[in-house]
Amino acid sequence: MNMNAVLPQGSSKISAKALDVHYSEKQALFGVDLDIRAGEVTALIGPSGCGKSTFLRCINRMNDLVDGARVSGSLTLDGTDIYDRIIDVVQLRARVGMVFQKPNPFPKSIYDNVAYGPRIHGLAQDQAELDEIVMTSLEKAGLLNEVKDRLQESGTSLSGGQQQRLCIARAIAVEPEVILMDEPCSALDPIATAKVEELIDELRENFTIVIVTHSMQQAARVSQRTAFFHLGKLIEVGDTEQIFTNPQQPLTQGYITGRFG
Amino acid sequence: MSDHTVKSYDEELAHLTSILARMGGMAEAQFAAGIQALSKRDDDLAQRVIDGDSRIDELDQEIQTFAVRLLALRQPMASDLRQIVSALNISGEIERIGDYAANLGKRCLILNHLPVTAPVAGVVRLAELVRSLVKDILDAYLEQDVEKAIRVWSRDEEVDEMYNGVFRELIDQMTEDSGTITASTHLLFIAKNVERIGDHATNIAETLHFQILGTQPKGARPKGNTVGAPE
Amino acid sequence: MTEMAQTTAATRTAETVASRLSRRYAAERRFRALGLGSILLSVGFLALLLGSIIDKGWTGFLQTQIAIEIAFDPQVIDPDGSRDPVTLDTADYAALVRNGLVARLAPEADRATRRDLSALVSTMAANQLRHMVTNDPSLIGTRATLWLLASDKLDMVVKGQVPRQLGADGNSLNDRQLGWLGELEQAGQTRKTFNATFFISGDSRAPEQAGIWGAVVGSFFSLAITLLVSFPLGVATAVYLEEFAPSNRWTNLIEVNINNLAAVPSVVFGLLGLAVFLNVFHMPRSAPLVGGLVLALICLPTIIIAGRAALKAVPPSIRQAAAGLGASPLQIVAHHVLPLAMPGMLTGTILGMARALGETAPLLMIGMVAFIVDIPKSPLDPSAVLPVQIYLWAGSTERAFVEKTSAAIIVLLLFLVSMNMVAIVLRKKFERRW
Repeated sequence: MNMNAVLPQGSSKISAKALDVHYSEKQALFGVDLDIRAGEVTALIGPSGCGKSTFLRCINRMNDLVDGARVSGSLTLDGTDIYDRIIDVVQLRARVGMVFQKPNPFPKSIYDNVAYGPRIHGLAQDQAELDEIVMTSLEKAGLLNEVKDRLQESGTSLSGGQQQRLCIARAIAVEPEVILMDEPCSALDPIATAKVEELIDELRENFTIVIVTHSMQQAARVSQRTAFFHLGKLIEVGDTEQIFTNPQQPLTQGYITGRFG
Repeated sequence: MSDHTVKSYDEELAHLTSILARMGGMAEAQFAAGIQALSKRDDDLAQRVIDGDSRIDELDQEIQTFAVRLLALRQPMASDLRQIVSALNISGEIERIGDYAANLGKRCLILNHLPVTAPVAGVVRLAELVRSLVKDILDAYLEQDVEKAIRVWSRDEEVDEMYNGVFRELIDQMTEDSGTITASTHLLFIAKNVERIGDHATNIAETLHFQILGTQPKGARPKGNTVGAPE
Repeated sequence: MTEMAQTTAATRTAETVASRLSRRYAAERRFRALGLGSILLSVGFLALLLGSIIDKGWTGFLQTQIAIEIAFDPQVIDPDGSRDPVTLDTADYAALVRNGLVARLAPEADRATRRDLSALVSTMAANQLRHMVTNDPSLIGTRATLWLLASDKLDMVVKGQVPRQLGADGNSLNDRQLGWLGELEQAGQTRKTFNATFFISGDSRAPEQAGIWGAVVGSFFSLAITLLVSFPLGVATAVYLEEFAPSNRWTNLIEVNINNLAAVPSVVFGLLGLAVFLNVFHMPRSAPLVGGLVLALICLPTIIIAGRAALKAVPPSIRQAAAGLGASPLQIVAHHVLPLAMPGMLTGTILGMARALGETAPLLMIGMVAFIVDIPKSPLDPSAVLPVQIYLWAGSTERAFVEKTSAAIIVLLLFLVSMNMVAIVLRKKFERRW
């Protein structure tokens, strides 16, 4: 089930080569070459509109939902081109889960939120197995203790931080290989943020995680590798420690020290 | 590099550098005065060196506090982070240099009141060499000049060699004239401390290298043969 | 120096603001007064409208009856004594009523007097007797005092809708009849009771026998057809346009047209119905089926627009969440978007239905304006609908139809208000926070 088991940690899970993205007339990404390693947290940082979210949304083809979005170049997941005809987008999204900026639980019960993915993909043979998946996912998301007595309550009744962890539980219930996170803590308070960050650190063992964040401190705290985007170009990628203590590119240096243009 | 978006951050970093520069200048002056007190046998000057050390300690405290404040409030990254951490480090080194200068002053007072004296020329030469190193490294810091820092760093070997020469000279002196043993021993300690000041200058050079380039200088640290100098 | 300058600048700012303050507040007060005034004005007009309708119409829910002792004379009903159902059914019960009136009010009556007497009661009275006798033939030969439905002319006078003076405007009772009325009233032989007839019978030429039930059933059939046709079509169109259709020149054209259709006068839809449903497809004239179809055409744009608004109101984050889990576009719509948009769509539909319930003009075009006494049994039977019934009665000459018209308007308004209430309740109940 979980492909990460066979992939040695640190080998390339997702690989972009000369990736260009256009939104109608506007080019959003310019020839991005970036390898995302398995079993690691890769943080994408950069100023607003730098293309980091665009890159993230290429990986599970969420850009397909945008009118006029055009992707060229190569983007592979385990060596298979994500934009190949033989890749079905539904199947791709079962392998690449996503957590969004604003917690967006379905206005359904907590249980149904987590069970939704397994249900539509037919991952559970019977009710008992579905229960098992829901419980494990909530457990992994560190939410089980807080919600186990009220699984039938609406997911929207939870606090913001709990909602975001519910969304993470919902994503991991499908057992994806990669989890994409688009500024997952931007709507949360520091305590809830810390809980989500702790969770990301635990999830790293089983999932490859790509996280877009505006908080450089957060990138520094949770990621092993950091990629810096600017104006649609990948400026620099490297070990997080190196990026934050000794970036090689003046643009990176300027951005992370707060000297930007 | 261009300025920070937040102007007050730039001002605070500049302030940190200026305290450090003041502290460095003060330590260098203390050291120079100590050397002069030694060569001129000047009690007043020696006493002033001893008294002046507390001011350096105060500046060190100021830098520590200010740097911690910057770390906590600005959460510096990359070059800023390196600059602040380096300032903490260099401040500690300069504080040690100041301590050794004060120690030099104390020993001067003792030497000046000993009935028998020993020749001080060798120690003064060693001290002048180290003083030039300290001056150069402080200039390098103010100018953020890596090349200069590396030059200081590689001259530590020179200091060690000269120290070994002075060491042997003083041993010979004591062997020849047992009456100068007390004076020579004090001079020996002074020479040792001066050599230490040279080491601190080298440390500052390394820190400066890290601050500017983000790495330690390449290769083994140039260390002269200090066989005769028990640590 | 600078500090001084700053202080004076700050003082100047404070002074300038203070000097304009009272003017600003005055403007605010004027604006509020204006708003309040316009609200009061519209509330006043509404009160005037409702007041006049209720004032005119509330008596329509009452009917006047007079108590007369009736002799079930076997000579009149069944001279042969055969108790044959046909004989019983066709007997001259009007004569029994007339005899009862004669016996009570004018034993020496001549022919003209008898006619005046008969005019006091509704023709319904004879039907009432026929009913009693055919149900229970043993009544024949007995006597009983019965409450009989008064005629509309008497009704009007008793309710005070027309003045009691002889020859007053609208008063068609003559001197003798007014005298008899007084006599009956003094003997306590008149009463006003709840007018059940109004709610259970169809239209009639005689105002005291006219009811709205036929029109209510006709409206119900029409609206049922409208709902069945327009709701699925409207929802499907809204979902397709909002969720699936590519945004291009064609969909834009369709969108503009739908918005325009919502503004087209309803009588045009009536003409369309006449041309297409009646003349081309030869559907039955005056039938709720055709009325429903025409009303469905009128409702469709409203439902589509409301439906699209409801779909737009579903936050994109829900769609993204579902898409991110690998749900297909159809699953996204069916599992998440549609259930969330449904309350809004239902609200729009109910409001559309309420509009359809009140439509008159298009139904006139397709012949639903005929005089129909029978209660329709199916959507294919000719029928009236409530607003058309009101229109018909409003055009009638009899004085008694005025109160019927107002009473029917009250009923129609009650239906509309309750439909709007349902819409509000639905919206409140399913309103969601994201």
